[in-house]
Amino acid sequence: MDAIILQILNGLDKGSAYALIALGLTLIFGTLGVVNFAHGALFMIGAFCAVTLQRIFNISYETIDESRTDFLGNPMTVKTPYIEHWFGPEMGGAIIDWSVPLAILFSIPIMISIGFIMERGLIKHFYKRPHADQILVTFGLAIVLQEIIKYFYGANPIPTGAPEVFRGSFDFGVMLGFDPNAIIYPYWRLVYFAFAAVIIGGVFAFLQFTTFGMVVRAGMADRETVQLLGINIDKRFTIMFGIAAAVAGLAGVMYAPINSPNYHMGMDFLVLSFVVVVVGGMGSLPGAVLAGFLLGVLESFASMNEIKSILPGIDQIIIYLVAIIILLTRPRGLMGRKGVMED
Amino acid sequence: MSKSNLTRRGLIKTSAIAGAGVALPTIFTASSAAAFTNEPTGGSVTLGFNVPQTGPYADEGADELRAYELAVEHLNGGGDGGMMNTFSSKALQGNGIMGKKVEYVTGDTQTKSDAARASAKSMIEKDGAIMITGGSSSGVAVAVQGLCQEAGVIFMAGLTHSNDTTGKDKKANGFRHFFNAYMSGAALAPVLQSLYGSDRKAYHLTADYTWGWTQEESIVASTESLGWETVNTVKTPLAATDFSSYIAPVLNSGADVLVLNHYGGNMVNSLTNAVQFGLRDKQVNGKNFEIVVPLYSRLMARGAGENVKGIHGSTNWHWSLTDDASKAFVKSFGEKYGFPPSQAAHTCYCQTLLYADAVTRAGSFNPCAVAEALEGFEFDGLGNGKTLYRAEDHQCFKDVLVVRGKENPTSEFDLLEVVEVTPAAQVTYPPDHPMFAGGELGACNPGA
Amino acid sequence: MLGLNKRDFSLLLIVAILALCAPFLLNPFPADSAMAQFNAGYPDLMQRFVIFGIFAIGFNILFGLTGYLSFGHAAFLGVGSYSAVWMFKLLSMNVIPAILLSVVVAGLFSLLIGFISLRRSGIYFSILTLAFAQMSFNLAYSVLTPITNGETGLQLTLDDPRILGVSRTEDGSIPVTNFFGLEMRDTYEMIVGPWSFQFNNGYYLCAVLMLLSFYIAIRIFRSPFGMMLRAIKSNNTRMTYTGLNARPYALAAFVISGMYAGLAGGLLASMDPLAGAERMQWTASGEVVLMTILGGAGTLIGPVLGAGFIKYFENIFSKINDSVLHSWFSFMPDGLENLLVTLVHPFVGKGWHLTLGLLFMLVVIFLPGGLVEGGQRIARLFRRKKPDDAKKSTQSTPAE
Repeated sequence: MDAIILQILNGLDKGSAYALIALGLTLIFGTLGVVNFAHGALFMIGAFCAVTLQRIFNISYETIDESRTDFLGNPMTVKTPYIEHWFGPEMGGAIIDWSVPLAILFSIPIMISIGFIMERGLIKHFYKRPHADQILVTFGLAIVLQEIIKYFYGANPIPTGAPEVFRGSFDFGVMLGFDPNAIIYPYWRLVYFAFAAVIIGGVFAFLQFTTFGMVVRAGMADRETVQLLGINIDKRFTIMFGIAAAVAGLAGVMYAPINSPNYHMGMDFLVLSFVVVVVGGMGSLPGAVLAGFLLGVLESFASMNEIKSILPGIDQIIIYLVAIIILLTRPRGLMGRKGVMED
Repeated sequence: MSKSNLTRRGLIKTSAIAGAGVALPTIFTASSAAAFTNEPTGGSVTLGFNVPQTGPYADEGADELRAYELAVEHLNGGGDGGMMNTFSSKALQGNGIMGKKVEYVTGDTQTKSDAARASAKSMIEKDGAIMITGGSSSGVAVAVQGLCQEAGVIFMAGLTHSNDTTGKDKKANGFRHFFNAYMSGAALAPVLQSLYGSDRKAYHLTADYTWGWTQEESIVASTESLGWETVNTVKTPLAATDFSSYIAPVLNSGADVLVLNHYGGNMVNSLTNAVQFGLRDKQVNGKNFEIVVPLYSRLMARGAGENVKGIHGSTNWHWSLTDDASKAFVKSFGEKYGFPPSQAAHTCYCQTLLYADAVTRAGSFNPCAVAEALEGFEFDGLGNGKTLYRAEDHQCFKDVLVVRGKENPTSEFDLLEVVEVTPAAQVTYPPDHPMFAGGELGACNPGA
Repeated sequence: MLGLNKRDFSLLLIVAILALCAPFLLNPFPADSAMAQFNAGYPDLMQRFVIFGIFAIGFNILFGLTGYLSFGHAAFLGVGSYSAVWMFKLLSMNVIPAILLSVVVAGLFSLLIGFISLRRSGIYFSILTLAFAQMSFNLAYSVLTPITNGETGLQLTLDDPRILGVSRTEDGSIPVTNFFGLEMRDTYEMIVGPWSFQFNNGYYLCAVLMLLSFYIAIRIFRSPFGMMLRAIKSNNTRMTYTGLNARPYALAAFVISGMYAGLAGGLLASMDPLAGAERMQWTASGEVVLMTILGGAGTLIGPVLGAGFIKYFENIFSKINDSVLHSWFSFMPDGLENLLVTLVHPFVGKGWHLTLGLLFMLVVIFLPGGLVEGGQRIARLFRRKKPDDAKKSTQSTPAE
C-alpha cells in the first residue's frame, strides 16, 4: 500500500511537469492552430532562467589569498559575490539560496517577451502554412535555441539547488497513519506539485472568469465569427502565446532543483509532451492536464519492480503503449472534440 | 597552430607526381604498393581525434580534444613537454613521430555508434589518418574499434569503461589505457568493506544497456565476495530523466547501500534524486544508509553539485595526484587552458603519447609493428605508476583510485579527494576471466 | 523511354549521370588545397548520400503523395540493418541475400505497423508511428540486446557460424561484405594532377540501386496508383464518398516506403556491417522528415537533394576545427585572423547543429517548396521565357 501511494506521488510529480508543458502546447494549438516543436525549448529556457539568475547573484569580485594556493601552485583567487558584499554574508547568502523561487519573478517577463518575439517574428507567418512546415520551422528554432544555450552554458548539467529549507525530505506516511519511514517524500517535489496546481488553476480561471478569457475561448471555438464581431482576436492570441511560453518557462524554473538543467532537457520532454497532448485530445486543455497526470502515474507504476518482473522492459515503453491503445480505442483522445486535427 | 588540412594523399601527389598531368590509376586495396593503410610518405603524419562534440557528452569531448591538442604540441616539440619528460620510455624526441610532424583531424561521434563510425571512416578514407583515438562511451569505443580492425589502422580507446572493450569485443588493432568495470569493483570492494563493514545489503540501480550491465555484474561479484548481500538489481531506461520512481522503493527494501551504476546525465540525476529522497540521512538496519557511484567523472559530478559530498567511487586518474608525472601534466594543461584536466583528458593524452612512443620504438607506422611494440609494454611516468599494456587483451593494468566527494571543496574543480590508491596487482585478473570471456583479439590487420 | 515521358526520362538521365560521376563532382578541390575540407567524394559519404537518398525517396512516396506524415520510419531502416547483419552472421557475406532479407523484413514490419497506424490520420497517425518507433528503439537498446547487441550495435565477430562461407579468413580476420566476390570496400583511386578521385565498389552498388529506386518512384508517381494516393491527400472524404476504400492504397504506399527504408538499412549494413540502435530513434525518423521537406516534399528529386544536404553538413561541417579555421585565414593579419576565427567558430565543428538549425529555418521561411523551389527560382531567373511549362509539371506541392 505504502509503495503504491509513493508511486502515485511520484506520478503526480512527473505528471505536473508533463501537464504544464502539454497545457501550453495545447493552448497554442487551440488558439493559433500551430504545432510548436519549440515548446520543449521554452521549458529548457525557463530552467536556464533559474541558472542565469543564480549566476547573476554569484557575480563576484576577486581577491587574492596568499595563504592558499590553487591547483597550479599560484596564490589562490577567492571569489566573493557582490551580493554578499552589499547585503552582508548572511542576507546575501540567503538571496543566493533563494535564487530559484526568485527566478520565477525574473523569468515571467523574459518568457513572455520570448513568446511575443517568437509569435510576432516567426510563427505569425506560418498560420496558413501546412503543419509540416510549422513543425520544421519550430524544430529548427528549437535546435537553434538549444545550441545557443549550449554555447554559453556548456553541455554538462548545472546544479541549481532549491532553498535550504526545501531540501531534504519529510515523513509523509506518518501523517497518514503509516509506520515511520514508510512514505518519505522530498519537500521540493511537493512544492512543485502545488506550484503546478496553482498555475493550472490560474490558467483555467483566467480563461473561465475573465472577459479576455471568454473572448479567447470564443475565438478558439469559432475564430471567424469573433473577428466578424469586430474583435481583434489575433492580438489576444499573441498574448495567449506569451502566456503559454510563460507556463512552460515556469515549469522549467521550478524543475531546475529536481534535475540539474542541461541544454537538451527540452528535447527529452518534447516527444513526451506531444504524446500527452494527443492522448488528452488535441486542443483540449482539461484533456492535456488529465493526460499529463495519467501518464505520469502510469509511468511510475510501470517502474515498480513487481510489475517489471512480470513484464521486463515495460517502463521503457509504457507511455507509447498507452498512447497507442488510447488512440486506437478513442481516436479523439481522452477529452478531444470531434473533428479536430483528424486529417 | 598546426595545419591539419594537409593530408597524406595530398602529399603523395605533390611529392611523387609533382605536376604530371594524368597519372596511372593506382588501386587502393590488397594489391596496392603501400605496405599498410594510409602509410605516411611525406613529412607529416595525420592522427584522427574522434570525440563527442554534440550531445550530452560534448563537454567531456571538448576536454579530450584539449588533451589531444596538447599532446600534439608536445610531440612536435612545443610547450613544456608535459609528461614526455616524466615518461619512462625516452624514445620520443619532440620532433614529431619519427621525424614526421604530427597533424590531426577532428570529428564528432555524437555518442552514437553509427555516427562515430562514419566520422572515423571519413578520417581514414578522406584525411588519411593512420590512428584513430577518442570516444566517451563504450558503445562507441567498441564500434569504432571494430571499424579500425577492418580498415587496418590502430585504435587507441578514449574513455570506455565496459569490460567488453577488452573483453568479448577486443580487437588486435585496439588498445585501452582506461580502466574497466571489473577494476572498479576490485578497487572499491576493500575500501567499502573497511568503511561500511561486511554485513551490508546492497540495492543496485543500473542503466539498462551494455555498460551498465557489465558494471553491475562486476560490482555485485566483488561486493558479494565481501559478504554483502544483493537485495535487488533494477534496470533503469537510458532515456529516464526522473529517477524518483526507482529511488522511492529503495528505502523500504531493507537495503542499506544504494549502488548507482549510472554515468553522465543519468548519474547526475539519479544521485540528485537519491539525495532529495533523504536516503543519506536515514538509518537502516541500525546503520547509516550509504550511496556508492562506482564510476566517477569529475566533469559530470559537478552537475550533481553538493550531492556528491561523501559519496565513494572509483576513477582512472585525478588531477590532485602528487606524483611528478601528474603534476607535470596538470601544469602544462592548466597553464594552457586555465583549469585542471579531467580523467578523460588524461587518458587521451596518455594514449597519444603511448602510440607515438610505440611507433618510434617499432621504427614503423605499420599497425602490426605498433601493436607488437605496445603488447607487453611496461612503462611508468604517465600518472598511474607502473603500468603494463597486457599482450593478451590490450588492456592497461595500473593503479586504480578510490575517491570520495569532498566535504569542503576549495574551488569549483576541487570536488573529489583520493581515498586510496589501489595497487595494480589487486585489480589484475587473468585474461580468461569469465567476465571477459567470449572474444578473441584475432590477427592484427595492417589493411591495404 | 522505359515507359517514361520525355521530361521524366531526362530527369532520370540527369540523376544517373550525377550519380555515376559523383566521385568527380564531389571532389572539385585539389586534395592539398585549403578547400579540400569541403570535398565530399570519399566512399563513406558518397554511400551515405545515395543510401539516405533511397530512404528519403521512399519516405516521399508515403508523405509526398498521400500526405501521411510518419514519424517512425527509422524503425524500418533499423530492422533492415539488423536483418542484413544477421544474414552476414548466419548465411554469407554476399550482400544480395542480406539486402533481400532486409527489404522483406522491413516490408513485413511496416505492414504490421501500417495496418494499425493507418486506422487514424493526421497528427494521430504521426503519433502512432512515433510511438511504435520509439518502442522499437527503447526495446532494441535494452531488453532485446540478445538480438540487437544494444548500445554497441550488432557487429560481426570471429566466431559467427556463417553457413555459406568462412567464419574467419585465412589471416584470422573477419571476411568483408562482397557482391559475388567483388569486395564492397574496394576503392580504385585515380590521381589526376593535384586531384584525386575515389571509385568505390560499394558506392556503385548503392548508386545503381538508388537509380532503380528512383525509377520505380517515378513510375509510381505517374501511375494510376499514384493518382489514387494523391487523391487521398487532396480529399480523403470525397474519395470515400465515391465508394473507394482509401486504406488499402495508403497501406500499400506505407509498405512500399517501408521497404525502401529497409533497402536503405540493408545497404548501410552492407557497406559497413554494423547496426546501431540509434538508427531507430525518433531523431532519426525526424531526420528523414527534414530531408524530404527540406528538399521539397512531393517532388521527385527533392528528397535526394535534402538527404545530401543534411548528410553533407553532418560529415563535413562537424570536422572543421579551430586549427582548420586558422589555416584558412592564415594569410590575413593576426588580429583579423583571430577575429574571423572567433566569428566562424560557433557555427562549425561542435556548432554544426546550430548551422543546420538556422538553415532549416531559412529554407522553410524563404523556400516553402524546399530546395527544389530554390532551384526553380534560380532557373526562372535564367530563362524567363517558358516559366508556365516548368511550373505546371514540377512545381512542388506543399505537404500537409
